[in-house]
Amino acid sequence: MAHRIHVRAAGADARAQARKAAIARQFPGAVVEDLRLVDNYTVVKDLAPDELERVRAMLTHPVTEESAADRPLLPPRFDWSFEIAFLPGVTDNVGRTAREGIGDLLGAPFAPGEDVYSSQTTFLAGRLARGQVDAIAAAFANPLIHHIQVRSAEEERAGAAAPYIPRVALPAPAEVAVVDLDLPEEELLRLGREGIPDPRGGRRGPLALDRDSLLAIRAYFRRCGRMPTDIELESLAQTWSEHCKHTIFAAALDEVEDGLYATYIKGATAAIRAAKGKDDFCVSVFRDNSGAIAFDDEYLVTDKVETHNSPSALDPFGGAVTGVVGVNRDAIGCGLGAKPIANRYGFCLAPPDDPRLLFRDKACTEPLLSPRRIMDGVIEGVNVGGNCSGVPTPQGFVCFDPRYRGKPLVFAGTVGLMPRTSAGRPSHLKAARPGDVIVMVGGRVGRDGIHGATFSSEALSSGSPATAVQIGDPITQKKFSDAIIKEARDAGLYNSITDNGAGGLSCSVAEMARECGGCVVELDRVPLKYPGLEPWQIWISESQERMTLAVPPDKLDAFTDLMARRGVEAAAIGCFEASGRCRVRWHGAVIMDVDLDFLHDGLPRKRLASKAPPRPAPDEPDTLPADLGAALLGVMARRNIASYAFISRQYDHEVQGGAVLKPLVGTGEVNARATVVRPLLDRRRGIVLSQALFPAYGDLDPYAMAACAVDAAVRQAIAAGGTLDRLALLDNTCWCSSYEPERLWQLKEAIRACRDFAVAYGTPFISGKDSMFNDFAGFAPGGTPVAISVPPTILISSLGIVEDVARCVSADFKAPGDLVYLLGATRAELGGSEFLAWWGAARRGRPYLGSVVPVPSARSASLYRAYERAAAGGLVTSAEAPGLGGLGAALARQAIAGGLGCAVDLAALPEAKRLNDAELLFSETPGRILCTVAPEARAAFEECLRGEEAVYVGRVTEDAEVAVTHGAAPVVRAGVAQLAEAYRRTFEGF
Amino acid sequence: MASPRVLVLTGHGINCDEETCWAFAQAGGEAVAVHLNDLIDGRARLADWQILVVPGGFSYGDDTSSGKALANRLRHGLRDALWEFAAGDRLVIGICNGFQVLTCLGLLPWPETRAAAAGLTHNAQARYECRWVRCRVEDSPCVFTRGLGTIRLPVAHGEGRFTAGADVHAALVAHRQVALRYAGPDGAPAGGRFPWNPNGSLDDIAGICDRSGRIFGLMPHPERAVHFLQRDDWPARAAALRRAGEPLPEFADGLGIFANAVAYFA
Repeated sequence: MAHRIHVRAAGADARAQARKAAIARQFPGAVVEDLRLVDNYTVVKDLAPDELERVRAMLTHPVTEESAADRPLLPPRFDWSFEIAFLPGVTDNVGRTAREGIGDLLGAPFAPGEDVYSSQTTFLAGRLARGQVDAIAAAFANPLIHHIQVRSAEEERAGAAAPYIPRVALPAPAEVAVVDLDLPEEELLRLGREGIPDPRGGRRGPLALDRDSLLAIRAYFRRCGRMPTDIELESLAQTWSEHCKHTIFAAALDEVEDGLYATYIKGATAAIRAAKGKDDFCVSVFRDNSGAIAFDDEYLVTDKVETHNSPSALDPFGGAVTGVVGVNRDAIGCGLGAKPIANRYGFCLAPPDDPRLLFRDKACTEPLLSPRRIMDGVIEGVNVGGNCSGVPTPQGFVCFDPRYRGKPLVFAGTVGLMPRTSAGRPSHLKAARPGDVIVMVGGRVGRDGIHGATFSSEALSSGSPATAVQIGDPITQKKFSDAIIKEARDAGLYNSITDNGAGGLSCSVAEMARECGGCVVELDRVPLKYPGLEPWQIWISESQERMTLAVPPDKLDAFTDLMARRGVEAAAIGCFEASGRCRVRWHGAVIMDVDLDFLHDGLPRKRLASKAPPRPAPDEPDTLPADLGAALLGVMARRNIASYAFISRQYDHEVQGGAVLKPLVGTGEVNARATVVRPLLDRRRGIVLSQALFPAYGDLDPYAMAACAVDAAVRQAIAAGGTLDRLALLDNTCWCSSYEPERLWQLKEAIRACRDFAVAYGTPFISGKDSMFNDFAGFAPGGTPVAISVPPTILISSLGIVEDVARCVSADFKAPGDLVYLLGATRAELGGSEFLAWWGAARRGRPYLGSVVPVPSARSASLYRAYERAAAGGLVTSAEAPGLGGLGAALARQAIAGGLGCAVDLAALPEAKRLNDAELLFSETPGRILCTVAPEARAAFEECLRGEEAVYVGRVTEDAEVAVTHGAAPVVRAGVAQLAEAYRRTFEGF
Repeated sequence: MASPRVLVLTGHGINCDEETCWAFAQAGGEAVAVHLNDLIDGRARLADWQILVVPGGFSYGDDTSSGKALANRLRHGLRDALWEFAAGDRLVIGICNGFQVLTCLGLLPWPETRAAAAGLTHNAQARYECRWVRCRVEDSPCVFTRGLGTIRLPVAHGEGRFTAGADVHAALVAHRQVALRYAGPDGAPAGGRFPWNPNGSLDDIAGICDRSGRIFGLMPHPERAVHFLQRDDWPARAAALRRAGEPLPEFADGLGIFANAVAYFA
């Protein structure tokens, strides 16, 4: 029978107060006088009364909590309650921990069919209608993963309703089906679009196979003299998905025969490595789960940035958690395994107050989550994913544009560290050998994330499968991460390892099979979360927190014994072999038998053509603001510039002890544009990280957009103490409608810019990821069709090595009297700027786009090198790479961070006569570094910068005011406190 | 004198074991991370060590509320060995999640009772908070804080609000068991004001010890504040020191906690 244990806070309950405040904010019309929370455990196991009492006591902290078992725990006063539980099969970490604890306590593990399920009840006191309570409950639950029960006080007091038990009950799995591909063309295309017909009715979900792919598959199986099984077709669809094979990046595009990726991204890296010769620091690029560069003679660092956009649109919290723990596995699965040492994040979101109501379906029954809900959810997801894993999160950004309303972009990256050799082997190399046992470790397999890879290759619509939603389980992963990285790797217990990400086993095993030339998998041996999965589902499920390893037979016992002792489930599920085939068996029968070559290389290459879109009409303001001080305050409060300290503070950036330049700078706690971590506490060498993106420039010039991102990612790292000698880049391209020739033209321009500036700076790309269909096709209320595509977005992340972290430079002004220098030329480039966006919003309710966007100069490299010398010589006391908001925002940020003012004269700039003050102050011209120098270091600093544009523009002052003049004319006079208030106001209360 | 043998617990989502070992090594201790399962299986014996550290982390993901699940695992897995260790002339320190575990176990504040008398619950702001705070070392028998004044350390937790009944609180104060309080810029107790008191802790309590002073739990992370370059304000301090022509110090305030533990066995 099911027992119910209810636990609540004994005293003040901060979580309940926070929830009450959230309701007050979201439902101003609903008066909630009191709110109480109760956590419930539904224990499906026979327990004697004394056992139940011991379990209750175990689940209750005697000081901070109170509880009841098998009787209601109702607050003295309430009118309504709503209980939120998980739907069947959704990851329930609290339930699992409780089950483990109860098993330990009673000395009796749970039998099949017995389990613990967690849920939470919110009790509300206040005059509310049921409809209001339904709406409030919906604001804290997600129908894709949660079950909601709303009860009135009378219903709650009447009690004794049977508890909701989310046990998974699946019908017996169907037989493996053979799929007939000899179909009329329209039917064949439908198969690719909607999936294999299910014998029980309906379709199984998108294969995302296009015509050419379907014809290639049909031809292959005709050559084999048979039709494919369902698992073969599903497996090919996973492996050939845009998500896995990056077909657009690989396609021939116009004159770029080898495709954008090979020509521009890989091509740039090859050219840079060749030019660096013996100074090449790349060790493993583009071929593994992460890229790897040299840290020092003993260690390598790895890096990877992923996107998790589609899952985050459906379940922001779960999507972001799995984004973080998923990209952690790109470190763990790089080479023989790297330890995650730092996470990055990035959120491209619609403004949280965007009022548009949108639906996935024409009948308007499936609403999109509100932008605020998505924002809160993804922030919380990275919080849980990173904090619980013990990986610091020093680096991140937020970026707002209404066009992220249909699909948010959620970036998650992980830097890893590994010794150059492990158990006598180079640790960045790996290869499964014929005869090695295929071992799956970590979580079990359920129906989670079926069709994740093919789903993310499509636009979001009402057909999107709810099973694409997964919730991460950081602790299961932390356990195997420790067991692998801290023990098994260095004991040499395996030959290869990779992550189970998109496509699950079908991709991880088939990918490793390439290393030795084949595999045979016994699907019956894969541990399942619950019975009833069909074999194709087991094969392509994206259940989280799993790795696949190749373990030599003579080490299998040692490996499985170690995993058992660390509480990690490990299952031998087959063998690698040299057959040239990928074979899968189920109940003794071969249900998949495909040539490995066809599986990996049978995908027909596309040939695409691009077309330049018309340039947007110039959109210049007819007049500029007279009061540039007010403009600076307005710009500082822009969402893309304002403080997001509330995010930085809730992410543990100190764990592992290596934070050097932290995410919040100075006493004024300004968000850093670059951060530095020291992965090995016994040495002074460190790693500098930064990120940059400028989607606002893309409409005017996608080349400039990407070029500026490369420049800013590089420049921010250099300003903080990095060096062009050892700085690598990662690209994340998030596009939309990518088969449209105009979008392809923008893509080509952007990627060409990546090549040009990576080569100009000598900063190689080492890894990247693209996501090509960030489009939403849905409906406004009333069923009017609405299409929203993200603005083409390219994120560039930098990863550099710093010789001595004590020489790193933070952005805060350090001392009154320090000299302020602006390095690099300023040009009249207000197009796409935050200043014009602010001015347009202030004057006409929508941004001005302007016309001339910034373009960096390849010649900046020599300036950066000169600055590097000055910084390495200890001549620079603070530095900032001006970006959004230009010089004005940079001065304000440095002043806020240091709690000091400055007096700056724009007349000192060589461009002062040609540009107006707004352009001088707010142009987002790249290639510039704003820095301060102690007066006594002036001569040495100017010597370092000889021949470069380095202009002394003013001084740091004690009087806590940013004072900008143009000769005798005042331009800006703003108190540092006033600027700080503007900077912090935007996300107050978030 | 041989350096004391320090056992730093690991496993089950503990995640500060490596830097805690390093911190003890900086102080002259010989620290080893030992998986809890190895202690339970008998592959390692608690009695072979002199200092037990329950480090920070997210044991069991804080599921069922922080520290509870790992405390249960320790209680049922180690049984008498744990209580015998604590009763001997040895030291125990719980940092952050480790402090939560020690209070759940009842090792703090009164190990002789083997019952929880105080707890650490959700921060008053109901959100995880990572920031540096100033801590006042109070007059107490605590071995770990001997001779230390006001120290700056980082906190990083979602459930750090020290909570106890009025009688327990009075007894803790009366027996000088409040070893560490959150302080304001002037070094006086924070008076509950955020962000100086980062979580709403009762009476600004950041750490407590048992009556012998050998068992200590604290929410801040001294292991993240051992080296000068770990400080949040090091760039500004370094700039000032360089301007004055002075060398940069090597260490930061957290080292003293570990040095005191090592010195106890000297």
